[in-house]
Amino acid sequence: MNLLAAAADDGDLFVAQNVFFAVIALVMIVSAIRCVTTRNVVHAALWLVLVLAGTAAQFILLGSEFVAVTQVLVYIGAIIVLFLFGIMLTRASMGDDESVAGEKRLMAGLVAVLLAVVMGVALLDSYSDTRLVIEAPQRFSAVSDAIFSQYIVAFEAVSVLLLAALIGAIVVARKE
Amino acid sequence: MILNQFLLLSAVLFCVGVYGVLARRNGIMVLMSVELILNSVNINLVAFGAFRDHVAGEVFALFVIAVAAAEVGIGLAIVLLIYRNRRSIDLTEADLLKG
Repeated sequence: MNLLAAAADDGDLFVAQNVFFAVIALVMIVSAIRCVTTRNVVHAALWLVLVLAGTAAQFILLGSEFVAVTQVLVYIGAIIVLFLFGIMLTRASMGDDESVAGEKRLMAGLVAVLLAVVMGVALLDSYSDTRLVIEAPQRFSAVSDAIFSQYIVAFEAVSVLLLAALIGAIVVARKE
Repeated sequence: MILNQFLLLSAVLFCVGVYGVLARRNGIMVLMSVELILNSVNINLVAFGAFRDHVAGEVFALFVIAVAAAEVGIGLAIVLLIYRNRRSIDLTEADLLKG
């Protein structure tokens, strides 16, 4: 209830943001649950699109336009297409996914609920009503400055990693 | 807005992803659940970046996106290889290394 009270007395300025957050978060959670429970693998990929788009919307709410744009380009534009190609090429699973064993599903649900409870209690305990005030969106130039000065080594490492992954994927998937 | 609403959202998404990794047997579905998990991590990173008003959160979210792209590429290649060898991507059947 702490959470609701803190969210409520943010002032008029943030009401719209909170409403948008709630709507998008609801859509994301429902889509995520549908994504991991639906039988049809293609439908799961489409539900995943909704989750990823919702994440991009949350990034915009957080004032990080650059990450939101990258999210749409890389995830929805590239990774989902990759998934759909994977589903197409392994067409054995095009239709219904074989049903999951009941016991396995039960244990997985138990683990997930336990994890949610532990993380939820820890978060409510440590950040019970910490305010998040976003005065201005992060500037593109600040992000690029940081990437190309402070984090240049990590950036180069990621470039090499992507190249290695590209070559590795070709080598692994190539027909003999 | 408060910080916790983003953190709790990402915790819920993380747990849904963990459920997917544990419960699904289809290799592609497991990879999709891993994407859910990485996405929730990104929400966390950006939320903390906005909270501290520091650019590091966004930079690391971008790195996580890049690593996720690499991971999906390799993962799908492996799933394709399993499919080509066994005509099935049921991960419970891929137990060659099981002791």
